[in-house]
Amino acid sequence: MKQTILNFTRANSGLVILFLLAIPLTLLSPDFLTGNNLLTVALQVSMIAITAIGMTFALITGGVDLSVGSVAALAGALAAGLATRSGLGTYPAMLLALAAAAAVGLVNAAMIVWGRIPPFVATLATMAAARGLTLVYTQGKPISGLDEQFTFWASELGKIPVPIFVLVFVALVTYVILHRSLFGNYIFAVGGGEETSRLAGISPAKVKFGVYVISALCAGLTGLLLTARLWSAQPNSGTGLELDAIAASVLGGASLSGGAGSVVGAVTGTFIVGILSNGLNLLEVPSYNQQVIKGLVFIVAVVLDYVMKQRLK
Amino acid sequence: MTPSRLQLEHIVKSFPGVLAVQDVSLEAYPGEILALAGENGAGKSTLMNILSGSFPADSGKIWLDGVEVNITSPRRAQELGIAMIHQELALIPQMTVAQNIFLGREPRLAAGLLVDTKKMVIQAQALIDQLGLDFPVTALISDLSIAQRQMVEIAKAISFQSRVIILDEPTSALSERESDILFALMRSLREQGVTLIYISHRMEEIFNLSDRVAVMRDGQLVGVTPTKDLTIQTVVQMMVGRELKDFFPKKQAEIGDVILDARELRSGKRVRDVSFSLRRGEIVGLAGLVGSGRTEVARILFGADPLDHGEIKLAGRIVHLHSPEEAIRLGIGLVTEDRKAQGLFLGQSVRSNASVLLFEKLAQLGFILYSKVDAWMRGAVTQLTIRTPNLEQKVRNLSGGNQQKVIIARWLAVNPQVLILDEPTRGIDVASKAEIHTLMSELAAKGMAILMISSELPEILGVSDRILVMREGRLMAEFSRAEASQDRIMQAATGQLAAG
Repeated sequence: MKQTILNFTRANSGLVILFLLAIPLTLLSPDFLTGNNLLTVALQVSMIAITAIGMTFALITGGVDLSVGSVAALAGALAAGLATRSGLGTYPAMLLALAAAAAVGLVNAAMIVWGRIPPFVATLATMAAARGLTLVYTQGKPISGLDEQFTFWASELGKIPVPIFVLVFVALVTYVILHRSLFGNYIFAVGGGEETSRLAGISPAKVKFGVYVISALCAGLTGLLLTARLWSAQPNSGTGLELDAIAASVLGGASLSGGAGSVVGAVTGTFIVGILSNGLNLLEVPSYNQQVIKGLVFIVAVVLDYVMKQRLK
Repeated sequence: MTPSRLQLEHIVKSFPGVLAVQDVSLEAYPGEILALAGENGAGKSTLMNILSGSFPADSGKIWLDGVEVNITSPRRAQELGIAMIHQELALIPQMTVAQNIFLGREPRLAAGLLVDTKKMVIQAQALIDQLGLDFPVTALISDLSIAQRQMVEIAKAISFQSRVIILDEPTSALSERESDILFALMRSLREQGVTLIYISHRMEEIFNLSDRVAVMRDGQLVGVTPTKDLTIQTVVQMMVGRELKDFFPKKQAEIGDVILDARELRSGKRVRDVSFSLRRGEIVGLAGLVGSGRTEVARILFGADPLDHGEIKLAGRIVHLHSPEEAIRLGIGLVTEDRKAQGLFLGQSVRSNASVLLFEKLAQLGFILYSKVDAWMRGAVTQLTIRTPNLEQKVRNLSGGNQQKVIIARWLAVNPQVLILDEPTRGIDVASKAEIHTLMSELAAKGMAILMISSELPEILGVSDRILVMREGRLMAEFSRAEASQDRIMQAATGQLAAG
């Protein structure tokens, strides 16, 4: 029992940091803890959170996926283009766009597994290539004229924005995959010890293929939501998304050296960043100063996380 | 005669540039412990890796209970009932005991897609209870001691219902008491008809445990003999191919003044009020069970861990050691316990590894004078008989014994007054062991004070002028070379002797 509590606290230290952050903001700003404000934050973070979940999968294996921002842009552009210009219909277009995202994930995995290229380098290459494909496909111009079926994905149901439902759905599915399924178990195994996993009859290659496809699918889904929200596909959307996603995953307890990370952590990590931005806006901190504060909070959070883990040992 | 459990026929395996296993044929029977002896690089591990599916043989046949088998993968070996416990513990530190035991064959739910965690925990607990172990199966491996991790490895092997269990130096990280638990376990598995193949460098263990001994040398099987027909001397002779006169060559050095004086050292719960001194020319053995605080004392003396209380005098002057950098400057060296993780830059050359401390000494205006470094290196390679094709060779490719010599060479470069060696011969072949012991004697004879931590009592007894014994962070006893015996040290280490 004691062991279970210990393991839980260790795996979910992001939640603790989230609470530590929410308390002063609630005290300092009367607007912070209101339903409307929290929904705004949730909408802003939901898309990054989906990408961060996928990123966490890659980080747990000891890899990283830098191509997520470009994949999001590519998927968004393809979906918008195929739906409007090619007249495929919204849903077939979306599915094809996700398939294209998955294909980039397969290319990443192929380079990493068969080409033995370090994930940082392999995904840096696809980051450039996918962005280039997006620019070629869009000719550098936004694609607009989306129908209601498409923009529905950024509308509201009741008072709750649809992307939040999508996040909850993605989080539930990935939670089961990562923390309950055999495949999830093997992701942790490969990240904790690749040779050990191989000797236990696990195929690290299959695990990596799965992981990079999941990461790319999450990024693709984020791209669709971004497109729906802007009512158009922007060729430069998703720039810097990979850094937000990595930061969120690490804040949520994922380790860059592999073996650690969780879906709950990825989501809480994104919320930490989102709530911090939101709080600073509410407190009317100038946006240039916000950057500095965010950087400092990131350092404090990571150090705090490290200290807590050491204490719990 | 009983039919054989395992039969290897004409196994051959070569790696680029090396014929690792040359035409080895070997049989093992149900209910026997077969010891496999040989120096490092003799081909034992390669042969066993073939058997456990890590890589295929170039040619040869393997029969298991009369059926020819083709062991294509580790998974296939597991299915056939062949389990190997690797020398480097093959556990995933971030996962729990239960997850590690069932890695790759988790109990499943929902059409085989989900892990049945509850069932896994229950089954793992049953296994741990059966073995009489006392840690929770939900503990993370990273929270367990090395010895406990070893026990998890064994639980894992047993959980496979294995017909053949291969243990590659299982006791190298265990204390004597823990080794005894393991041996009891091995004997009871033998009673149940399991075939155990046991690789070890420790002659006492081989003779205590095994029914037969197979000796390998240079990739070939030298012979297989019932243990009762053998003596340690003959086995060692078969291993090295020549007569090894003295197991522990001990030169008597002239013992000089006190060089290091430690008083009431205290650090957390691991080191409690430890006081002792070292003299020039003296080799002091530090014995105790794993976890008794030996390594922590070494780390304090080397400035790697902070001191809560106490003082250290070096040549009569009180010193405050805040970092290894300061300790090295003051003339204290440490050969760490874990060669690969803490001692070596595995991917770098013999030259870089051995001369890392020398660079500063030989550098001028911040530039390294490689001609001087190389001149010194050639001397060190000859003096320490480091067997390496050239100075460019990556340290990873050397045998354990030669790796250890490279580390010792590194220290010789700065000629410390005090050299601490933590398990200096763990996992090292007999011939290299003797060379390292000789070297320690020679260094002492030149006036160096040496503190040697070791879990091998024969080594402690054979090499030390004086022996300190620790238990649970305290210094329990001190013996002169003449007073010491295995029994007395063990009594002190296990707490059957009142503190003296």
